[in-house]
This record gives sequence, structure tokens and C-alpha cells, in this order.
Amino acid sequence: MHKNETKKGNLLDFMKGIFRMQIFIPIAALLLLAIFNLINDPSFYKITLGYNSVGNPVLSGYLMTILDYGSELAILAIGMTIVTAATGGQDISVGAAIAISGSVILRILCGTSSRPDSLQAPIIVAFLVSCLVAMIFGAFNGVLVAHFKIQPMIATLILFTAGRSIAAWINNNELPIVNDTTFSIFGGFIPGIPIPTPFFIALGCMAIAAIVLKFTNLGLYTKAVGINERSSRMNGLNPSFVKFLTFVILGLCVAVAALIKVSRLSSINYSVIAKDIEMDAILAVALGANALSGGKFNLAASILGAYVIQFLTTTLYKMNVQSDALSAYKAVVVILLVVISSPVVREKAVALFKQKKKLEKEVV
Amino acid sequence: MLETVKVSLKKLNIRSKIKSMSDTNLLLSITIFAFFMMYIGAVIFQGSGFLKPQTFFNILNANAALIIISCGVSIVMITKSIDISVGGVAALISMCCAVYLDFHQGNVVVAGMIALTIGLLFGVVQGFLVAYLDIQPFIVTLAGMFFARGMTTIVNTNPFNVANKAFVALKEIRVVIPGFGSINKIGKYVDAYIEVGVIVALFVVVALFCILRWSKVGRTFYAVGGSEQSALMLGINVKRTKFLAHLLSGLLAGIGGFVYFLHVGSGSASHASGMEMNAIASSIIGGTMLSGGVGNIVGTFFGVLSLSTIQNIVSSAGLDQAWWTGITIAMMLCLFLVIQSIVMARKK
Repeated sequence: MHKNETKKGNLLDFMKGIFRMQIFIPIAALLLLAIFNLINDPSFYKITLGYNSVGNPVLSGYLMTILDYGSELAILAIGMTIVTAATGGQDISVGAAIAISGSVILRILCGTSSRPDSLQAPIIVAFLVSCLVAMIFGAFNGVLVAHFKIQPMIATLILFTAGRSIAAWINNNELPIVNDTTFSIFGGFIPGIPIPTPFFIALGCMAIAAIVLKFTNLGLYTKAVGINERSSRMNGLNPSFVKFLTFVILGLCVAVAALIKVSRLSSINYSVIAKDIEMDAILAVALGANALSGGKFNLAASILGAYVIQFLTTTLYKMNVQSDALSAYKAVVVILLVVISSPVVREKAVALFKQKKKLEKEVV
Repeated sequence: MLETVKVSLKKLNIRSKIKSMSDTNLLLSITIFAFFMMYIGAVIFQGSGFLKPQTFFNILNANAALIIISCGVSIVMITKSIDISVGGVAALISMCCAVYLDFHQGNVVVAGMIALTIGLLFGVVQGFLVAYLDIQPFIVTLAGMFFARGMTTIVNTNPFNVANKAFVALKEIRVVIPGFGSINKIGKYVDAYIEVGVIVALFVVVALFCILRWSKVGRTFYAVGGSEQSALMLGINVKRTKFLAHLLSGLLAGIGGFVYFLHVGSGSASHASGMEMNAIASSIIGGTMLSGGVGNIVGTFFGVLSLSTIQNIVSSAGLDQAWWTGITIAMMLCLFLVIQSIVMARKK
């Protein structure tokens, strides 16, 4: 009897440990969605090997779509998590910034005409320039937040409004189209490999992020600034610079995501490209159980969160929800998430739980 | 010698006056000054079009809804919170009212009630989440904005015009202002007019100005925005005040949404896009500080006017609207944010 009880206790501790793990929330959400789809329609998980128009082997199916389209979101989630951790606010201009850097890539690839027969510049040059531009815009946000002490969401609201206009202006409001098979690789498939390229790009970004966090103090500094700006300053850090840096890093992530987005279409639509992606990115951070008010962060949880969001989007699409109506459902998910994770609700829940336990003990 | 001393004394006087001004008044005077400079600039560079009274009244007609909505956003910002759902709510209200009036042949009064109910519902839910559950207002209202936009498409996807007779009659009412008419190109005298929405907007501005200036509730908004802790120590119910601010913002979004609907007379998912941005920009230009506790409804009114004057200048200068409006608003917002941050620094 006694042994049994201790076993039970161990199990309880183990369960508690799992519940406390940050990555538990996205995994639970993923499982929930997966089970829902399994009951609703098992063919959701069917993956077929086919050949695309060029004749390359290509895996297709809903799961592949999630891997494919979730990747740019995962890349954005990396940057967004760091910005959130350092500043306690979110960047809502990422969608507009993607439009800008995508526009820059196309502008450089197309040169002067809007429909060139061949590329006017190497892709790597276009990408590097777009990185630079995205980082400059990130720096603009960063200066407003770090130097002028404006709340991040308000500061980025500026670019949020102006971004798509700037993107259209870069290309004189034309819609350039690139006819080049190598350019479409980034958003499509590498010849001979049936898994979509964006997934590999995302993996690369994750690896770089992991290495940077492991071998530099970036992670520690962002956490320190996010948890308590004043004490981090007293410890010799420069909070303004750290905040500024996180926005620049987010700019880099934006440029990579923009490359994938533009490569998918080989063209751009200024008002539609990456529409509502800021919402998805914030949702990914929230789903990763990162505090939206800054402080500690867990990149792996955010990245998983991003794929879960894409899972949700794909599920909704499959249920014939219109793309414009998607945001309503996601908004409900966000509200539920923040309500559950809000400290007030948690305290109430804990108090309730304790009361119940007390009652049980009294009964015994 | 004496002259220079006098001049420097004068300068000193102005400077000390500026220093002794409260933040609210200083920012308000900056705004009003900026608006008049802009209007004079418009008259000088864009010709006499801006001198016609009707041009000014048209700005009012087109922005009555924005004025009402911006007032709500200002109040929320004074309590150090924010509301970015207002544009989405306005779009949702237009669509719901349009569907009700056109498909169900409803009457206008009930449509107005629908608008108020939707606005209030958003206000109550968002206010509860922000005030009592202590969730970041930006996240809550961002979700509110996306929810409203999504719901608009769920209610009806395609844009359409409302042909309801009673509604069209209300929409076509023109309030003539005597003495401000002008002679048009054919040489005929045309009266200057404003729409019904403008009267509602002016009424809202005056009412809110009085509430914020002289009522107990109004002063608590400032107290809570200035410092939550001191407000708490003064015995103010901080949570209820925040809740009230969001409720008021929702209600004003309801009124503003209906006025907007009255102006455009159609339902569409793309209506009022970017309106939340314009509302926040007008509030900031009008001298409402993001850090809370500072702001003025009259300033917001002038903020809206400045914003739309800039838009008018941009469009009459022949620049492609769709691009440049966004960029100019963003630039103005940026400028005023920096001014605010400098004012803040001056305090310290």
C-alpha cells in the first residue's frame, strides 16, 4: 500500500514536470489538432509521391503543405521570439517588411524591365541587398523603440502602414515576373529531392540560431534586458543596444522569409503577400508559451508553435473556410490562449485546485 | 544694447511660459499650430481650392466617423491602454447594418441599435480581458481586429450598395450652413453643407470634452493613465476605470461605425481598412501621449483635421493616392512620436 502511494507520488511529480515544461503547450495543441483531424478525416495524413511539371519527384499531401508553408513562419518566429523577449512587445510590421524586401529582390533580379528574359543579377546579390534593406528597416524600428522609447507595437505600426506602399513604390507599382527555374527552387523543390526547400532553409536558420545562442551571450542578454531593464543596465549591459540588435536580427529573418515568399510565386502582389503573417508570428510566440511581456524565451517551443499554427491554418482550409475568414478563427484561438496563460486566471485555477485538495483531505 | 536685452527677455518669457505649460496644453498648442500651418501651406501651394469653405466642410464630411472613433481611441490611450480593433469593428458594423437593411428590409433605428450593440459587445469583452484579466491590451485588441475583419467576410463576402429607402433618405440629408456658400464654375451660387454625421461627431467631441475636463470619471481616466499606483492609493478603482475606457471606446466605435456606414452607404469587407491606424495617428498628432495621462479631445479633433488635410494635399498634388497616403501618414506619425519623446525628455 505504502509503496503504491510513493509510486503514485512519483508519477504525479513526473506529470507535473511535464506540465511545467514550456514545450508542453505547443505539443498538446499539436496533439489536439492531430487527433481532431484523425477523427474528422484520416486522409489528411495521406502523403503521395508524384512528379511535378518539370518531372522532379515531389511529395504532396496536407502534411507536406504544413512543412512547406510553416517554414517561413518558423523563421519569422525565431526573430519575433527574440524581439518579444527583449522588448516585451511585438513587431507588427513583419508582413509589410516582407513585402518590401521581396520587392527589393525582384527589383534587382529584373533590373530595368519588369519582365526580363534572363536574370539581371545573381540571386545571391539580390538576396544580400534585400537582407541589408530589411535590416535597415529593422534598425529603423529598433531606433524608435530603443532610443526614443516608443512602445514596440506603436513604433512598428508606422512601418505596418507605410510598408506595402514602399514596396509598391520600389517597383513603380508594376508586377515584375521572373522567369527562372533556379529562382523558383527556394520556394519549391530542389531537383531530385522530394521535400520542399523552405523546410531546409528553415532548418538552416534554426541551426544558425542555435549556434548563435550557444556560443554568444545574445540569449542571456536578451533575457536579462527583458526581465529587468534597470538591473541589466546596472550590471553593465546596454539595454538600448540589445533591443536595437534584436530588431536587426528580426530584419534578417524577414529577408529570408521574403526570399521564400517571392520565390514561390516568382512574382509579388503587394497587398496580399504575407497578409496577416504578423498575427501568425505573434500567435506562434504565444503558443510557444513565451511570455508576451518579455523575459525568458524558448526558441524550440516558438518554432514548434509556428508549425502548429500552420497545422491549424491547413485544417481550417481543408474544412473550406474562406481565406479572409481565417483570421476570425485564429483570433478566437489567440484570445483563448492568452486567457488561459494570463496570471490572474492561473492564480484562480491554482486556488481552486488547492481548495479541492483541502476538501478531499478533510473528507478523508 | 537695450534692444537685445529686451529681445532676450521676451524670449526668456516665452520659454518660461512653455516650461510652465502642462504637457496636455503644450501638445495641444503644437497640434493646432501645425494644423493652421498646414492649411495655410495648402492654400499657398495648392491654390484657392482650399480657400473655399466647402473644401473644409468636405474634410469634415469625409472624416466624421474618424473623429468619433479617434475620440474613443484617445480615451483608451489616456488610460495607458490601446484599442486597434476600431477599424475592424466599423467594417463589421457597416456590413451587418447593410445586410440587415438590404436583405431583410429592416428599419434604420434598429440598424442603429445593432451598431451600438456590436460596438458595446466588443467594448465589454475587450475591457474585461484587459482590465480584469490583465492581458496586454495590444494583443486583445489585435485579436479583436482580426476577429471583426474575419466576421465581416463570414457575414457577407461581396460588397454591395444599400438601396433601403429610409436609409438613403437619411444619408442624403444635407444641413445647409448659411453664409458660407460659394459660386461654382457655371456662376451659380451653391450653399455650403455638412452631413448628419458631422453633427453627431461635433456633439460627441463637445460631450467628451466636458466629461474629460469636468466630470469625476473623466479625471479618473487621467489619474489612472498618469500613474496606476498613485491612482490606486487615491482610492480609485483602477480596473473599473480601465474597463470603462474600453467600454467607451467600443461604444464610440459603434457610433462611429454607423456614421461611417451612413457616409459610404454600402457594406464591404475592405471598408475602413487602416482606420485604426488613422485613429491612433490622429490621437497622437492631437497630443495624446502613448505613455498615458496626457491628451485632449479637442487635440484629437484637430489631429483628424491635420491628417485629412495632409491627405488632401497629397491627392491634389497628383501623387498616386494608394502609395502616398500611407507613407505620409506614417511620416507624420513618426514625426509626432519623436516630438512626444522630446517633450518627455524635457520633463526629465
